[in-house]
Amino acid sequence: MTATQVRPDAPEAPPKLTQKRVRVLSFSQQASRWDLKVSPYLYISPFFIMFAIVGLFPIAYTAVISFMQWDLVRNSGEFIGFDQYIWILQNPQFWTALRNTFSIFLLSSVPQIALAIFIAAMLDKNIRAKTFWRTSVLLPYVMAPVAVALIFSNMFGDNHGLVNNILTDLGLPAIPWHKDPFWSHVAIATMVNFRWTGYNALILLAAMQAVPRDYYEAATVDGAGAFRQFWSITLPSLRPTLIFVIITSTIGGLQIFDEPSQFDNTGQGGAAGQWLTVTLFLYNIGWREWNFGRAAALAWILFLLILVIGLINLMITRRLVRDESSRGAAGVLRRMNRKEDAR
Amino acid sequence: MSTTPPIAMVEQPIATAGLGRGRGRGNKTTKIRGFRAGFWVYAGLGVVVLSAVFPYYWSFLIGSGDASTISDPDMSWIPGGNFLRNAASVVNDPAVNFWPALWNSIYSSTLIAASVVATSTLAGWAFAKLRFRGSKGLLVFVVATMAVPTQLGVVPLYILFADLGWTGNVGAIIIPALTSAFGVFWMTQYLQQTVPDELIEAARVDGATMMRTFWTIAVPAARPAAAMLFLFTFVGAWNNFFWPFIVLDRRDPTLPVALSLLQSNYFVDYSVVLAGVLLATVPLLLLFAVAGRQLVSGIMAGAVKG
Repeated sequence: MTATQVRPDAPEAPPKLTQKRVRVLSFSQQASRWDLKVSPYLYISPFFIMFAIVGLFPIAYTAVISFMQWDLVRNSGEFIGFDQYIWILQNPQFWTALRNTFSIFLLSSVPQIALAIFIAAMLDKNIRAKTFWRTSVLLPYVMAPVAVALIFSNMFGDNHGLVNNILTDLGLPAIPWHKDPFWSHVAIATMVNFRWTGYNALILLAAMQAVPRDYYEAATVDGAGAFRQFWSITLPSLRPTLIFVIITSTIGGLQIFDEPSQFDNTGQGGAAGQWLTVTLFLYNIGWREWNFGRAAALAWILFLLILVIGLINLMITRRLVRDESSRGAAGVLRRMNRKEDAR
Repeated sequence: MSTTPPIAMVEQPIATAGLGRGRGRGNKTTKIRGFRAGFWVYAGLGVVVLSAVFPYYWSFLIGSGDASTISDPDMSWIPGGNFLRNAASVVNDPAVNFWPALWNSIYSSTLIAASVVATSTLAGWAFAKLRFRGSKGLLVFVVATMAVPTQLGVVPLYILFADLGWTGNVGAIIIPALTSAFGVFWMTQYLQQTVPDELIEAARVDGATMMRTFWTIAVPAARPAAAMLFLFTFVGAWNNFFWPFIVLDRRDPTLPVALSLLQSNYFVDYSVVLAGVLLATVPLLLLFAVAGRQLVSGIMAGAVKG
């Protein structure tokens, strides 16, 4: 925010009268001043107008509808207070969906991030054909989640799927990928991991490359091995990035829909809701049962959940970053910020 | 997780805010760094790349067989010869609407990406380099909107579009996506770092209007960031599923929606389903072949630049 133009509010102070009397400003000058004042608002207006129409209005309207018994035919609702929220919270399917969502989220984010760190560490080494490796790692990212889901639900087929064929070839029992809740979560988490691990690896790689190389030189001089360096320098430096990767995958993970909806051909989350997620539940309520009031209430519950978990994550982030104030990237970051402030 | 790409990218810049400075320094001294990549690094990366490629190969393998391939326990690892036939049955099936879906995907994604780039560059320029009352607060507001889940708006949006008679129309997926908070944030960050204030000052002294300053300074400077924003928005729009699945007509879908129909139409014949999946993935694979490097550097820049 160090723009050097004339502050628009400074010269506008004298009232019109003075301007006319003194006649300092020609028409073009006035136009220019008006241009200076109004242009920024014009430039940002497309975003805000669109957001008001397709963002703000729907959010507020969702809140209104969530207190209503919505009539699809008359396209209007009858106010019934918190009944829809109570219905959701008392519905065992909601709790199943919530459990599944968290389970799939944990199964996808934990191994994914561990693997991403590992891949990033390999990419961070002095390797040949860097661009080739980096690009290849990102290849799954361009495949549509729906496509990923179709391919993997085929590989995780209960009877003739690739994975079960391999397992039985090895003399192991076949796994009921579609019947057992836990295994269905593993299968769905695998789809998520396939698509996002490389992406996260690249983000972490960028953070790794930001660690000043003198740290490693000093550590080498001090006799620290590769593993020790990774543990004491690389990992602590990654912390802020890591936590943000975790927060974003939380936000995304809590909204998971594409993969579970395509895990079988009915798309309803399994016969007993084995892999029913919150968003899938929302779709079922809204567009299979056509109950918009309940769907809206569920949307708000989901939003509050994301908000609460996001805030918890933020608090943890802050604490961890403060703990790291003396070493690692957080310390570097802090010092840079200080430098920036001083400028 | 269709909504994740923008969000995932979005938050990264905040995560490592400030780290950008360290990077150039690090790069200069990369060569001195102790570890040399040995056999195990290449082996490990090889495994990673193989597992990234495998699902593509698997869908080709099944897609080039016939209905019995999938249940054959001694399935061959060499593709069969039926891919074109299977692909043809996807393309020609009137229930799948492959060509309209492809066209819808192409033009909706292009339109969305173009609009996002245009509106984001404008707003990003204002936020990065122009002074106006409330700019800080408004920018914080923009960033905050990125955390709002898609689901929060779908019910009223659906009612709105149903009222307008637009459900089933591709317009219903284009309109809500025309602007992007992430795009505004991304452009603000980029322009703030790349355009020196002196340049704008000089333009103003020369009597350039704000619009002229925007065209002659902001637009050329924003070009690399605009290209990346276009790519990411395009990929995100192309792969988006939740909202199109809700609002689009099955007879006039986008590719992901068409894919989901494929599964319910052909649940017996996985060869046709997976041939269709691969076919629908080809356009983005082509894009990736051309612009993969930009995508990579985009992710890495998004992660590092503060």
